[in-house]
Amino acid sequence: MTLLSTADPRASSRSGRRLVQRHALATRLTHWINALCLTVLLGSGLQIFLAHPALYWGQYGADADRPAFEIGAETSPDGAQKGFVRLGSATFDTTGKLGLIRGADGDFSERAFPHWATIPGWRSLALGRRWHFFFAWLFAANLAAYYVFGLINGHLPRDLAPTRQQLRPREIWADIVDHLKLKFPKGEGARHYNPLQKFAYLGVIALLLPTMVLSGLTMSPGMDAILPWLVELFGGRQSARTIHFITASLLVLFVIVHLTMVVLAGPINGVRAMITGKLAISKEDEK
Amino acid sequence: MSGLLLPKRKLMGRRKFLGLSVAGLGAMTLGGCDGLSESPKFEELLNSAEGLTYRAQRLLGGRKSMAREFSSADLSPDFKVNGTHAPDTPEYVALQEKDFADWRLRVDGLVVRPLDLSLADLRAMPQRAQITRHDCVEGWSAIGKWQGVPLAEILKTSGLQPSARFAVFHCADFYEHASDGTGQYYESIDLIDAFHPQTILAHSLNDEALSVGHGAPLRLRVERQLGYKHAKYVMRIEMTDRLDQLGRGKGGFWPDRGYEWYAGI
Repeated sequence: MTLLSTADPRASSRSGRRLVQRHALATRLTHWINALCLTVLLGSGLQIFLAHPALYWGQYGADADRPAFEIGAETSPDGAQKGFVRLGSATFDTTGKLGLIRGADGDFSERAFPHWATIPGWRSLALGRRWHFFFAWLFAANLAAYYVFGLINGHLPRDLAPTRQQLRPREIWADIVDHLKLKFPKGEGARHYNPLQKFAYLGVIALLLPTMVLSGLTMSPGMDAILPWLVELFGGRQSARTIHFITASLLVLFVIVHLTMVVLAGPINGVRAMITGKLAISKEDEK
Repeated sequence: MSGLLLPKRKLMGRRKFLGLSVAGLGAMTLGGCDGLSESPKFEELLNSAEGLTYRAQRLLGGRKSMAREFSSADLSPDFKVNGTHAPDTPEYVALQEKDFADWRLRVDGLVVRPLDLSLADLRAMPQRAQITRHDCVEGWSAIGKWQGVPLAEILKTSGLQPSARFAVFHCADFYEHASDGTGQYYESIDLIDAFHPQTILAHSLNDEALSVGHGAPLRLRVERQLGYKHAKYVMRIEMTDRLDQLGRGKGGFWPDRGYEWYAGI
């Protein structure tokens, strides 16, 4: 630990806290490039989804086939247009939010997602695809760089792999209780990820992000010819498209929880640590 | 947590500040994306990904990789008709009325022997049948059984001049009556796809002659690319060394309108 205790003299002069090196440059860089890529990929992905806002399971799926999930607009018996989200046989009225959206001119029009959520804001499958694939390349290269650096500098095994102790049910339970009480470590404990943090980060890094890449590649007819096992892995191109959408939704959920935790645990300290690498920890509860 | 940097009573201020920053950043990002989408320079940067995709897929797949072929049990119950449903030019309507008996496929450009092939000529050539998945750029897929002549067979018959680099497919349909006169559908592929064994000019879908909706009498199948490359109502195959003198210069009706010329993704 002494290796990492590069205390900032300015900070230590102030009472009760000091700055320690928390995140390596490679981690910080890849984190922000990833954040940019995921934002653009989400917006452009929703734009692409506008072209056919229905999801299927299996090898094929088009208008005549029954979708597992659908966003659309229909005319109700009383003649009014309604936006809807349909999951299996359950239909939800989402007029104004999904399916039927009010445009800048005040008129409702059929559109799965609102203008503010898509890149570009206007309807353009061609431009949405251009954005999506450019940032998909950047995202994949960044992810690969993260894995390589994480293995070389030891970040992945040292900081993210749970310790034996952290895997004990009692430890995990204690961490769940701490999270529910919004009790976050301020001192020496803040220099390590807690078990739930590790599970969440590893889930994203080792499962969700690779699933995005692979399910995305499976939608490419060229890649399916190159790597036929991709289609097998997901049980069909349309299944892969559905999994791409579900995984993206899980990533959005992760980002919401992640940002909430950053805000609750001290946003300035947390965001600064991810920019400069330095985290302020308090001395009082150092062990 | 709160006492580290600022007194506790300022916590809400800090949160509010962060919330506003995130909201502002989000608005800037999305607004910025719209601004960037309108910049030709930025669009050029985005479009550079297409070259990367093309080179990567050609490097990994090249001539050999084959699109998956399915069994008749996997066929879509209903194969969606997309794009033009029925060409409305007098020329096409006249051909259709005679059941395409007078229709000829013209093969010209940078070939050794220009050809005019009737449907009977095409049916007499070596045939290939394949059950493949058709992937539309919009996101949907349908599986169908296509039968026709490998393009390689036609090009073997016509021969190629050494400078030929692309096969261009000129179609009977005007998908758009654009003011600059470029609304006629056309598509193009490189020679790697042109000589790929699964690249065929199909006259049948699911063991029946192509319907007008699906591109009668002849459509292209280029199985490792998206649906808009599979030109319907093919009237003429032109072998060429450049694409910039056709349409708006991007090698196809949809590429002229912002879509990728290489649609393997």
